[in-house]
Amino acid sequence: MGKPNSRENIFSRLNKAVRTVPAWYPDPSPWEPARLTPKERISQFKELMTAGRSEVYPVKGDEWVAQLKKILHERRINTLTYGPETEIGKVLATEWETNDGSTRLIPWNNTIETFRDELFKIDAGITSTMGGIADGAALILWPTPEEPRLLSLVPPVHFALVRADKIFASFTEAIKKLDWAKKAPTNSLLISGPSRTADIEMILQFGVHGPTDLIVLVVE
Amino acid sequence: MDNQSKFNFKHNVEKGLADSELRSNLKFATNTLRAKRKALFADPEETHALRETGRNIKARVLSRLPKLLGKLEKNCIRNGIRVHWAETTDEANQLVLEIMDKHGAAKMVKGKSMVSEEMHLNSFLEKKGKTPLETDLGEFIIQLNNEPPSHIIVPAVHKNRRQIARIFADKIPGATYTEDVDTLLKTARKILREHYRTAHIGLSGVNFAVAETGTLCLVENEGNGRMCTTVPPVHVALMGLEKVVEKLEDVPPLYRLLCGSATGQRITTYFNMITGPRKKGERDGPTEVHLIILDNGRSKILADGQLQETLRCIRCGTCLNHCPVYTRIGGHAYQSTYPGPIGTILMPQLEGLDKKGALVTASSLCNACEEVCPVMIPIPELIRRLRNEHWDMDKKGVLKGRGSKKSILEALVWKTWKFTCTIPWINRIQLKLMGLSGGFLPEIGPLKAWTSVRTKPVFSKKSLKDLAKKEGIRHG
Ligand code: SF4
Repeated sequence: MGKPNSRENIFSRLNKAVRTVPAWYPDPSPWEPARLTPKERISQFKELMTAGRSEVYPVKGDEWVAQLKKILHERRINTLTYGPETEIGKVLATEWETNDGSTRLIPWNNTIETFRDELFKIDAGITSTMGGIADGAALILWPTPEEPRLLSLVPPVHFALVRADKIFASFTEAIKKLDWAKKAPTNSLLISGPSRTADIEMILQFGVHGPTDLIVLVVE
Repeated sequence: MDNQSKFNFKHNVEKGLADSELRSNLKFATNTLRAKRKALFADPEETHALRETGRNIKARVLSRLPKLLGKLEKNCIRNGIRVHWAETTDEANQLVLEIMDKHGAAKMVKGKSMVSEEMHLNSFLEKKGKTPLETDLGEFIIQLNNEPPSHIIVPAVHKNRRQIARIFADKIPGATYTEDVDTLLKTARKILREHYRTAHIGLSGVNFAVAETGTLCLVENEGNGRMCTTVPPVHVALMGLEKVVEKLEDVPPLYRLLCGSATGQRITTYFNMITGPRKKGERDGPTEVHLIILDNGRSKILADGQLQETLRCIRCGTCLNHCPVYTRIGGHAYQSTYPGPIGTILMPQLEGLDKKGALVTASSLCNACEEVCPVMIPIPELIRRLRNEHWDMDKKGVLKGRGSKKSILEALVWKTWKFTCTIPWINRIQLKLMGLSGGFLPEIGPLKAWTSVRTKPVFSKKSLKDLAKKEGIRHG
């Protein structure tokens, strides 16, 4: 497609042009935000996530299920979708078997083509994360076949589980520690809060296209 | 509007200046954006160091541009992305159309992309019977009203809430007039979510394309970019060829510079990194990803050792917010894809000084843009270079339309001036005459324009030279 020689023409111009570029440039000095102790990371993560209008709930180990149920109940959330093959998915399925409360659990089993119409009607989605970053702050998501990309985007409420010991000081650190360049999946993401805009008179508004609420459960 | 009608900058400026509603909207918005940027970049030393890092990263990219683009292409193809090259915007438009036709697609949801504005993609597709839908809230608003964006980050910055309420009421069937921002947003949300669900093609721009990994990075707050790149079965990404960066580690400082400069945020809501189409076993994401890499004059800009600094731009828009000209006349006056200081240096290079040369007058050379530019582009210096080329007296210009401002009358005036200053007896006569006629300068030509807002200069009866002589000051 396109004109067959466009590529060649562009490259031949660029190869000629690049000779005018100064032979030496100072190397960019690496930019790394302040180092933080693990404790500081967690507290900064909580502080900045909250400032960005996310809700953050610290929980101990398995308590996240109870916390999740409480929120679902309080806010009268009718439907929650999840990836059934994930670790948290299995916990949810067993939990709902014994005590299914008022929220209906909807597993995402199919491709988007079959699931799309249903997905756009579901109230909430839950995902795990690769961790978080304190300098920002944000969640790190690496969606998988079991936990697809749209779980964290289409439902109006997004629940995310973060392990406290997986909160990195900065994006730079996360890139190194997670070996991001080599290991990242088809789509990787930073998410720092609910979807927002200030396009009308600079008034900050939440929930434009994606989630209106981001609820983060920090598992300690 | 953009480009369709003849470009009369002076007329546009007058219109912008006379529009008090526009001026108060702009003043409010740009003041807010400036204050937010300042609050984030509060430490001058740290900011300076970060900007230096940003400049050096982008400068290094330019010094290896063909190599990095080759690497990007190779890695994207390895990841399953189809890479296309377009020399001109026509070619790029054609490529988009071919992809749409191949899939029998009629509807396209669009995330924000300045390159698509540069291509005039919407009007091209509409002429071909397609429906391109802007999804960024600001873009959505102005598309309803059939206007081009007036700012590269906040497209509807020239509109206030009442004007937007009016547009919604007039243009959306069934909508009633309301100034409640929450309700306006809900209306847009409902319409757009339906479009995401049913569109055949999603289009996006690219903020950084990482050569080492073949990753496309998208920076956004709304989530519309993620929608456009994840829900429809086909994703088309558009990028200017200067958007490539070398390594993933280069991204965090550039990302911080971009969101800090653009909106004063430490981080945007979403940083979306795409390395390819849906893989086997994955349940969502587009099954095809296309990357269109556009030249449109950029390779020529690279060929000039000075002008190539323009290509470091990361399109943060902060030079617009800091420009005393932009903040008073607004983006539409520039009648160009890129307004403000960046437009002033970029548009004449893309379209020629004969067409867009008037833009180089849109600067007081106050240096504000250079002081804030996250990649330290010496914008005022480049403006001066372009101004020189506009006249091209030394015939060393390289741009299209160089010398288009040259006028015989003006050349003659300067020639005469040279004589009166270099030949002593002519100089003496001239000084006498000016002293005598100083009070009666006729208000015509440039003097008329000058005196419309300033007092007319009056020459003194005695020249400085005479006075100096009287004081006994000698010069060789
Ligand atoms: S020229 Fe500099 S300040 Fe202006 S948009 Fe580009 S990067 Fe931002």
